[in-house]
Amino acid sequence: MRRLLREPLGVFGLSLVVLVIFGAVFADLLSAYDPTRINPRVRFQGPSGDHLLGTDQLGRDLFSRVLYGGRIALFVALVSTAVSLVIGIVLGLIAGYGPRWLDNLMILLFDSMKSFPTVMLALALVTIMGPSLTAVMVVVVLVTVPGYARIIRTQTIAIKTSEFVTAAQSMGASNGRILFKHILPNVIGPLVILASMDIPVVIAIEAGMSFLGLGVRPPTPSWGSILNDGFSSIRDTAWIAIAGGLPIIITTLGFTFLGETLRDVFDPRLKGR
Amino acid sequence: MLAYTFKRLLLAVAIVSLAMFLLFCMIYTIPGDPAAVALGPRATDEMREALRIKMGLDQPIWVQFWNFFTGAWTGDLGNEVLSDRPVLDVVLEQLPYTLALIAGGISWSVALGIPLGCWAAVSRGSVADRIVGVISVAVIAVPSFVIAIYALLIFAVTLRWLPAIGAGEPGDLSDQLVHLILPSLAVGLGWVGYIARMVRASMLEVLEASHIRTARAFGLPHRMITYRYALTIAILPTITLLGVGIGQMLSSAVFAEIVFARPGVGKLVYDAILTRNFPVVTGAVLVTTVLFVLLNLLADLLVGALDPRVRSSF
Amino acid sequence: MTTLAISGLNVWFSTEDGPLHALKDVEFDVPERSIVGIVGESGCGKSTLINAILGLLADNGSIEGGSIQFEGAQDLVILGPKEMQDLRGPRISTVFQDPMGALNPVLTVGRQMVNIQYRDGGSTAEKRARAEEMLSLVRIPDAKAALDRYPHQFSGGMKQRIAIAMALMMKPALLIADEPTTALDATLEVATIELLKDLQEEIGCSVLFISHHLGVIAELCDEVVVMYAGEVVERGSVRQIFNDPRHPYTVRLLECDPARQTSRSRNLPTIPGEIPDLRQRPAGCVFAPRCHRVHAGCDQAQSLVEIGEGHAARCNLALEPQTAEATA
Repeated sequence: MRRLLREPLGVFGLSLVVLVIFGAVFADLLSAYDPTRINPRVRFQGPSGDHLLGTDQLGRDLFSRVLYGGRIALFVALVSTAVSLVIGIVLGLIAGYGPRWLDNLMILLFDSMKSFPTVMLALALVTIMGPSLTAVMVVVVLVTVPGYARIIRTQTIAIKTSEFVTAAQSMGASNGRILFKHILPNVIGPLVILASMDIPVVIAIEAGMSFLGLGVRPPTPSWGSILNDGFSSIRDTAWIAIAGGLPIIITTLGFTFLGETLRDVFDPRLKGR
Repeated sequence: MLAYTFKRLLLAVAIVSLAMFLLFCMIYTIPGDPAAVALGPRATDEMREALRIKMGLDQPIWVQFWNFFTGAWTGDLGNEVLSDRPVLDVVLEQLPYTLALIAGGISWSVALGIPLGCWAAVSRGSVADRIVGVISVAVIAVPSFVIAIYALLIFAVTLRWLPAIGAGEPGDLSDQLVHLILPSLAVGLGWVGYIARMVRASMLEVLEASHIRTARAFGLPHRMITYRYALTIAILPTITLLGVGIGQMLSSAVFAEIVFARPGVGKLVYDAILTRNFPVVTGAVLVTTVLFVLLNLLADLLVGALDPRVRSSF
Repeated sequence: MTTLAISGLNVWFSTEDGPLHALKDVEFDVPERSIVGIVGESGCGKSTLINAILGLLADNGSIEGGSIQFEGAQDLVILGPKEMQDLRGPRISTVFQDPMGALNPVLTVGRQMVNIQYRDGGSTAEKRARAEEMLSLVRIPDAKAALDRYPHQFSGGMKQRIAIAMALMMKPALLIADEPTTALDATLEVATIELLKDLQEEIGCSVLFISHHLGVIAELCDEVVVMYAGEVVERGSVRQIFNDPRHPYTVRLLECDPARQTSRSRNLPTIPGEIPDLRQRPAGCVFAPRCHRVHAGCDQAQSLVEIGEGHAARCNLALEPQTAEATA
């Protein structure tokens, strides 16, 4: 942690992340307006003392929408990353520990899953499921699971053959016990760093899908849908697009700078992944 | 080399088949009736039933899969719901625009990324190196659609330097190129970062190699060593990287096409979803998957062709 | 005239754990048209010495005092990078240890040999002809076709001969050969050594030959410099060093010579102990911790003691002949 604080970029990233989390957590205290309340009398107002970031086409206060949008973004990031991690760990352990044919099959599966361009995958899924927060999370899981499973698999294979696992096996430990007592603790470190570096990707997916109208349903505020509102009227009311884009930039930059620094400090081996 | 090409080709076929299988599973196992989805809520039961039979949905699942699978491999991706035109034709019509966009994105990323990475490696540890590093991370982190909208806002709306929408007059190449500048920048900017980082890392590795020491010991000029002896080797991994990156660029292209109102596969799929033109969505996803796998394959073979070591080892 | 005269050369590296004294008061000459061998364990400073001569020390290394007189005219220590670059190649050229990695993998041999001649006027065809001539001289079969092939298409021995051809193409005054035969097997080693000797006589250059294979040194060299921990511990003619070694380290080294052992091994059998940490050089003799003849005088700094014509050792017992039984 002290080494992290010595890196200016890490400190910068950390402060951006803290800022975003603070804004999302204390959204109701920080904003004077209901993010979904329509007020036709103040439509399309530029930034002012009353409305720090201005208002949108329905007269909703953009500042509070941005703050509440942060809640959605962080919620999706946390929940779907957690789900991905669990699925990725299970699949990776099975691939790494199971029989050879299963391993080969799963590697092929991960590769072909990755060969779907993310947006195409999202579009196909939403066609069937309809736009919703769940669809966003399913996309995130499908996109991130192969990466986690792969790293778990590689590490599992490396550890499987190491002496202490062989020793445990010879002492009659069950497969399940070996997996969770011996292998998991050894693979969890690099995985957490990788997951933290995926957070900006997750946030980009949520914002991107909401921008396309495939994610969060209106009137729930999301940075992507604010950006879309702004895009529709970009020639006249640029501040709406700016208000939607800035939090995305701040959050992705913050998490990326923080993640990069964390990785360099704690696990230089992962560099270049 | 021939055996290697064959092996890679076989793998590509396997991956595409598996992608088809997954796509099929996704369509047919997730709840929801494709016929109902396609026709919308106002359709009558008879209409749905007719479409179900036309789409082959009344047959057993393995027959459906086999039809889908063989159809897809022979280029029969079904017909569009509204005009009844073959989906493949509709998709292929839009494909050149998307390919142009991706080619533009690759041009941006190569034209900016390679010099930046090379510069950072040569001036390792300097302020310039740090700045290139931070910029690389930053452009990778920021999503392409945000870049697209901000680029539109700055260069097209505010400064009015470049056109905001469309693909330019058909037949007028310079107009089309001008229309390509901003969207391709949005597609390629993130890759400037990836490529700069990759070139920097592999350049540093190559500069440590003993043949570079030999070149120095022969008093070859610094420029010749940097560009002809080191960079030619250091850029080889970026080709593989670009091959992998095609998928991400396809994603960015969808956004760029929507933001800049350009024709293309991405716009096609997006519009197809809004109009519930379901076979177009499946078809376009499959075509882009095949495209992705093919471009990946091409990148691998290109590395083989450019690197004499790889060329002879297969 | 001496081709290379090194005196009082000191090289320091700044490392994370403090300054490292890599070369200390190195002093020896390479007379014209002679072959001087440098022997020593790995880590004795051979590579640093080469890099110092070539002006290719890493960024954290610097020459602190001393001089490297080249052909009696130029001091390489004070020469600027541009002038050094002009010397490297035409006047001083190098053959490195690793034949596999010493050539650029993505350029043809011909291209690389043409590039080396970039300073000369003339057409590419002329330069290619010159390269072809050199390749035939080092007995590369079908030299013309070889020009258009890539390094990986040649065997290790051939690659090393190509490297020698490149190094001698510009007819340098000094050839530095950094363990050029270590990576080759025994038969190739002999052939390469003979080739090197023939070419040296033909071109009339001097050679600084670095090796830890004493047999090769004895066969090829006129004079020998023994290095230990960045210092010259003994120097003299081949006869003096091999028949009348005066430094205990030289004595140990000769005992460990694979040629004198029953079993042949590529690595030099080790002398007990390790090279000291060069960040904390002992005040006295640097070899004392491993020396079998250590005594009270060894905690004082040692100077090179002149024993005979051109023979000197950095040991206060240098004037007493070393007896075999002392080393038993």
